[in-house]
Amino acid sequence: MDEPNQFLPRAGLQTLIDRLNHAFDRCLGPVVLDGIVQMRPLSRVEQLPAGHHDHQAPGSYRMTRDDGTRQFDWANGPQALKPLLFTPEEPLWRVDRDDTGRLAFTPHNPMRQRTAVIGARACDLAALRLQDQHFLHGEHPDPYYGARRDGLFLVAVDCSHPTDTCFCASSGDGPGCGDGADIVLTELDDGFLLRGTSDPGRAMAASLGLAAATTAQRQAGRERIVAAAAQQRALPDADLSAVLFARQDHPQWARIADRCLACGNCTAVCPTCFCHRSQEDPVLGGSHSEHLRLWDSCFSPGHAYLHGAHLRESIRDRYRQWLTHKFGGWVTQYGRSGCTGCGRCISWCPVGIDVTAELAALTEATK
Amino acid sequence: MTMANPYLPLSARVLERIQESPTLFTLRLELTDPKAQAAYAFAPGQFNMLYLHGVGEVAISIVSDPTEGQVIDHTIRAVGRVTHGLAKLRAGDHLGLRGPFGRGWPMGQAQGRDLVIVTGGLGCAPVVSAIEYVLRRRDDHGRVNIVQGVKHADDFIWRDRYDRWAAHPRTKVLIAADVGTPLWPWHVGLVTELFDQLAFDPKHATIMMCGPEGMMRAVARDMLAMDVPDRDIWLSMERNMHCATGHCGHCQLGPRFVCKDGPVFSYDEIAELLQVKGL
Repeated sequence: MDEPNQFLPRAGLQTLIDRLNHAFDRCLGPVVLDGIVQMRPLSRVEQLPAGHHDHQAPGSYRMTRDDGTRQFDWANGPQALKPLLFTPEEPLWRVDRDDTGRLAFTPHNPMRQRTAVIGARACDLAALRLQDQHFLHGEHPDPYYGARRDGLFLVAVDCSHPTDTCFCASSGDGPGCGDGADIVLTELDDGFLLRGTSDPGRAMAASLGLAAATTAQRQAGRERIVAAAAQQRALPDADLSAVLFARQDHPQWARIADRCLACGNCTAVCPTCFCHRSQEDPVLGGSHSEHLRLWDSCFSPGHAYLHGAHLRESIRDRYRQWLTHKFGGWVTQYGRSGCTGCGRCISWCPVGIDVTAELAALTEATK
Repeated sequence: MTMANPYLPLSARVLERIQESPTLFTLRLELTDPKAQAAYAFAPGQFNMLYLHGVGEVAISIVSDPTEGQVIDHTIRAVGRVTHGLAKLRAGDHLGLRGPFGRGWPMGQAQGRDLVIVTGGLGCAPVVSAIEYVLRRRDDHGRVNIVQGVKHADDFIWRDRYDRWAAHPRTKVLIAADVGTPLWPWHVGLVTELFDQLAFDPKHATIMMCGPEGMMRAVARDMLAMDVPDRDIWLSMERNMHCATGHCGHCQLGPRFVCKDGPVFSYDEIAELLQVKGL
């Protein structure tokens, strides 16, 4: 927020899109497709969802449209940055077997597509920082994630339209954008506050030749973010990690399991869930095989397979694994909760399980 | 940025296949690239990911002596898709190998101390490397107690190896089977029933164990009752593993990644987690 703000008139947004398409292999941005906000190739400002608003609730996502001109008056779609870097399915390497049975392993080069994205949210940036920690900052950095992360340029937009399922103010991750973007926009009625927040972002911002924002414009931007922080939903005020690990036998787990379908929607839309499995794709003749990785979920039966048995056989055990990991295990592993308050797991749960309500039940003083 | 690819196996060859019991076999491997074989080094208690062509990978602990750099031994029980396939490999066959991975046994802490090594079921494999390491440096350690329990007397393998270990000075080998046979010369019952025969100073000992979690809980309980500090009790844990790099999430035990934080843990690190079913 300390970066100097410039003012980008709404008519100037096309110039920014053009610059990004020129400077990068592709530019993605939010478009409404199949009734949801999706990140798709963006070349024309008219593709942006002007006047579209999302209405999310437990188990529900609906979009409406009015004649408004604001292009970012929505909270989020089911996915944002995660699938761009940690892809849902990816071949890691190939192995060839010759006639003598010798094996030769060849890594697949990760697609080094340099991607610019317009429209990432504060919750998405927070999730990106966590995924970076997970995939890049350990003993074995992931070269596939790393190659795409290197080529990523982010134009994030402060959230002015949190929906009913949002709780980023409570998780501490929004609605104003934290670190990780290259440029941050705050949408006003007639344009955007724009600030470069990285060296490439500042260079891009400087190339646009914009005027400094006025005091009134900056004030309007601050008010938008303050207003967006007034959210209905919140995490319980408790040491969730300590509570969850101490209450592994709480009866609430069984009550959640009565509703949970173990479908894995929550883990698929969660911007920080990182579980994946490996899979072989051999050709029939056996001369070669592709080694793939695919998104997996701790709700899938095979996730905790060991020696012919499933260690987390019941849905109770799997839901407990998910929630305890997200709000407890992450704290030990990465220094903070794995939840960034985006609310996707609430909206996209087919039976409308609300993590904030379940956490409240689990943290109540009496069991 | 250019990064090493931690997911890419190296090509390896089976030098020898040894049938240890009806379901248990040992693959003696070498990397096909001599330079890679020369550079390969591991610590007792670490594991490799073995890749069977067209089928997939599985995490297997290394049983050979870390100072015998020319061969890498894995003792494997055929239970799943990959291990049943690995069981069919013969000398000269090829497979893939990634590793070593994980944190092994506390060989540094164990120096100068008495040792109690307790294994259960067919779970002896993860400590074999540590036993060989210790017995090669016999003077660096105090009294050594090796306790092996099996469900049925017929499951007992490596009798020669236990005889060889027992021949070392200040080394005691104790064997138990839950179910004995007419000529079974050792104890019939639980390993914990042999603990009054152990020769060790609980205040100056390192305990290493692997095997079924129920057995490890019972051993830890008895060791704590004998005033062994929880930080001196070490366990090798098993969970589902796909990546071995801490990325895939399958091996989590509470907040721990068994593949990179373990597989060897001190009891104080995981005591609470071991009490919870379904983790």
